[in-house]
Amino acid sequence: MVARVYVTLKPGVLDPAGKAVEQSLHSLGFPEVGEFRLGKYMEFMVAGKDPAAAKSRVEEMCRKLLANTVIENYRVEVE
Amino acid sequence: MKFGIVVFPGSNCDHDAYHVIKHVFGQPAEFLWHKDRDLRGTDLVILPGGFAYGDYLRCGAIARFSPIMDEVVRFAQKGGKVIGICNGFQVLTEAGLLPGALLQNASRKYVCRHVRLRVENATTAFSRAMHRGQELRIPVGHGAGNYYLDPDGLKRLEGEGQVVFRYLDNPNGSINDIAGVINQTGNILGLMPHPERAAEPVLGSSDGRWFFESLVGGSAR
Repeated sequence: MVARVYVTLKPGVLDPAGKAVEQSLHSLGFPEVGEFRLGKYMEFMVAGKDPAAAKSRVEEMCRKLLANTVIENYRVEVE
Repeated sequence: MKFGIVVFPGSNCDHDAYHVIKHVFGQPAEFLWHKDRDLRGTDLVILPGGFAYGDYLRCGAIARFSPIMDEVVRFAQKGGKVIGICNGFQVLTEAGLLPGALLQNASRKYVCRHVRLRVENATTAFSRAMHRGQELRIPVGHGAGNYYLDPDGLKRLEGEGQVVFRYLDNPNGSINDIAGVINQTGNILGLMPHPERAAEPVLGSSDGRWFFESLVGGSAR
């Protein structure tokens, strides 16, 4: 099975790198861009046959290591 | 007092801390390898500055799972004194031993210079040779020192006097100008500035001495 993990900064947490990308987009002629947030995408294989069980294992990985829940949210897809 | 200095792959202020403790303050000090599971009778653990495990994923995120950290957490939970300086502070927040997190500097720049700090709480074991309101000139060197804590947590932190040091010239966008915090039971301190880089006059400031004098119980200068 493939696991896909999206880690994003919680609302209200400063995102200096995202801000820099947004400013670059503005200067490249995309003034319509706003509220840009830079996150992380992770993709990996998970052994097993039960997607629901795998998903809860991956969520545990998120809480322990892949995300810092003080500042980040995570979303998991397994298929 | 015996100091144990943890050496992670990527630590680079371990020898600075060792030098100050051993040669400036004449205290016993020992390096503790990240793969060890023994604190060897250490009375106080220092997690030094650097880029442990390359700061991959997030600063301090991988380091907190190294074998020695199991012992450090156990030691801290029993009331043992632990100090995290710079990258060590990031490791302590990732390990959940201190509240909050350290984000990328608001300026997006690595900042490496002396900053001015104000002592906010001089009743801790780490600041007792200082006095409240005292100003210290100590260097920082970091790209992710921007302290963040949610509004409720911040209110608690401030209310409990857990902010020990505050920047007078905030170099990184840190919330409430926070430079160093202590846990609720007062045995774990994390700070971004480097007192070990400012403990001898030849280094341009010896204000870092106050910090070590608090620890070794000597009288102030």
